Amino acid sequence: MLRNVLEYLEYWAEKDPQKPLFGDVKETLSRGEVRDFARRVGTALSQRLSGATGKPVAVLADRSLRPLLAFLGAVYSGNFYVPIDRQMPLGRIQVMLETLQPAAILGQRQDESLLGQLSEWPKKYFLEELLETEPKEALLKEILGNRLDTDPLYAIFTSGSTGAPKGVLVSHRSVIDLADQFREEFGFCEDCVFGNQAPFDFDVSVKDIYSALKNGASLYVIPKTMFSFPTKLIDYMNEKKITSVIWAVSALRILENLDVLSQKKPLWLRHVMFSGETMPVRVLNYWRTHLPDPLYVNLYGPTEITCNCTFFKVEGEFREGELLPVGRPFKNTGVFLLEDGKEVKEPGMLGEICVKGTCLALGYYNNPEKTAEAFCQNPFNKSYPERIYRTGDLGKYDREGRLIFVSRRDYQIKHQGHRIELGEIEAAAFALPAVKACACVYDRGQEVICLFYEGENPCDKEILRELGKKLPRYMLPGRLEYRKQLPVNKNGKIDRTALSREL
Amino acid sequence: MREELLKILNELRPEIEFEKETALIDGGVLDSFDIVALVGDLNDAFDININIEDLLPENFNTVDAMLELITKLQGEE
Repeated sequence: MLRNVLEYLEYWAEKDPQKPLFGDVKETLSRGEVRDFARRVGTALSQRLSGATGKPVAVLADRSLRPLLAFLGAVYSGNFYVPIDRQMPLGRIQVMLETLQPAAILGQRQDESLLGQLSEWPKKYFLEELLETEPKEALLKEILGNRLDTDPLYAIFTSGSTGAPKGVLVSHRSVIDLADQFREEFGFCEDCVFGNQAPFDFDVSVKDIYSALKNGASLYVIPKTMFSFPTKLIDYMNEKKITSVIWAVSALRILENLDVLSQKKPLWLRHVMFSGETMPVRVLNYWRTHLPDPLYVNLYGPTEITCNCTFFKVEGEFREGELLPVGRPFKNTGVFLLEDGKEVKEPGMLGEICVKGTCLALGYYNNPEKTAEAFCQNPFNKSYPERIYRTGDLGKYDREGRLIFVSRRDYQIKHQGHRIELGEIEAAAFALPAVKACACVYDRGQEVICLFYEGENPCDKEILRELGKKLPRYMLPGRLEYRKQLPVNKNGKIDRTALSREL
Repeated sequence: MREELLKILNELRPEIEFEKETALIDGGVLDSFDIVALVGDLNDAFDININIEDLLPENFNTVDAMLELITKLQGEE
């Protein structure tokens, strides 16, 4: 039985070591090379951490294949990896590290000044330096032999409502299950070539990485700037013969917005899969008109259930304004709607989408309170412990019994494919001396995050500049509104409903 | 034309001093969402049609480069 994702790599590297596994604009590495490099990193890490296992290894990630070597190296050392975007503001990186208490931080030479600023963490290493270590096969074999499939594989941070991001911890077993389901459902195989758009600190990329590893396929990292300059993007996709894309909806939408496909087409695509936010039917129809042949799949699920729990293979026509179903659960995954302690089954009735099964994350790392809130006992099972994850998403069934995502229950939004707690933006803005009070409201029509704030004087520029030091770019408000005084409701809380009406 | 362009840019990203930037794209100041919004705004404001052949980093790295692109496309209309 498969217990560890490294068994994929070991298998394919043994079978045909020459075949390309990972590539980017600078280099392409074969299965054998990836295994050798990852073993080097694993050996070096294990030695430097005196054999410690089961600990977090933070990896500063860029848009090259190098972070993948660090991830797999961390796993060879018996630890788990935590991707951190090297372009995140320093303040946010520090909050994440504070939660993690990482055993080590891995970066590349280009991260020298960033690593220097993270002075409270002693164990920081350059990937380049670790790669010089000779791999010790016996040591790695022993480490791998002692691993369980319930051990954590990675933690990925998501926005948290109180201001601190939460690290979602996922086991090998959940990822092995995911890769199995994707292969079976969508026919992934050895000649698939994945075009990786999603950054590695975004769990959409987990599907690329482990679908490539499981199936002995290849993965090419697509640089971010190519999405601004699509001629290069399409040329790159055709050069690498990309067959399968698992992208954020926002990436597909960029190509529609710029009307790329009527001028230039990807020639090898067989799978176009998307998730992250609701796919506008206009965008889907644009893609299907210009590229009718690939299989289009709408995927749904939060990071806490290992990427996706339901899928909808697009068939039939959809008109603008219609909602695209998120479909039905993957095999070995339980999904149901919960409302007032009862399961909702009749079409059209709303309920909170709940998930159970192997796909459930282990919890939020070093955060038992938030873990207990979101991962709770199945209310229909009084006989033995059975965890479910409450997504906080509202859904309903259509007449064909397909699940439809309706909205969020709380102040969480999806913006440019990112999951954002408006509370986290408010907490960051409120911490600024110039801001006396504030409230964030999302304008769904315009897709703009609007920050209403109260203070002595209007100071939009200063606020944006300061927020830019704490929050990633996609969380910055697109619109600021100064008020001498913000409206409050009868409970004395800022009246968000009144503010939304002002949008 | 410069003033109108700067107005569009400042509305898009008020915290950036566009006149001082020399690598808006290569330096990662503007991302793909900005470019999508910007292309739409420029097409409307200057009555031009920026197609994907014009979408090159060098045409968007500086305010001057953008002006040059707009002028070129207006000449073609």
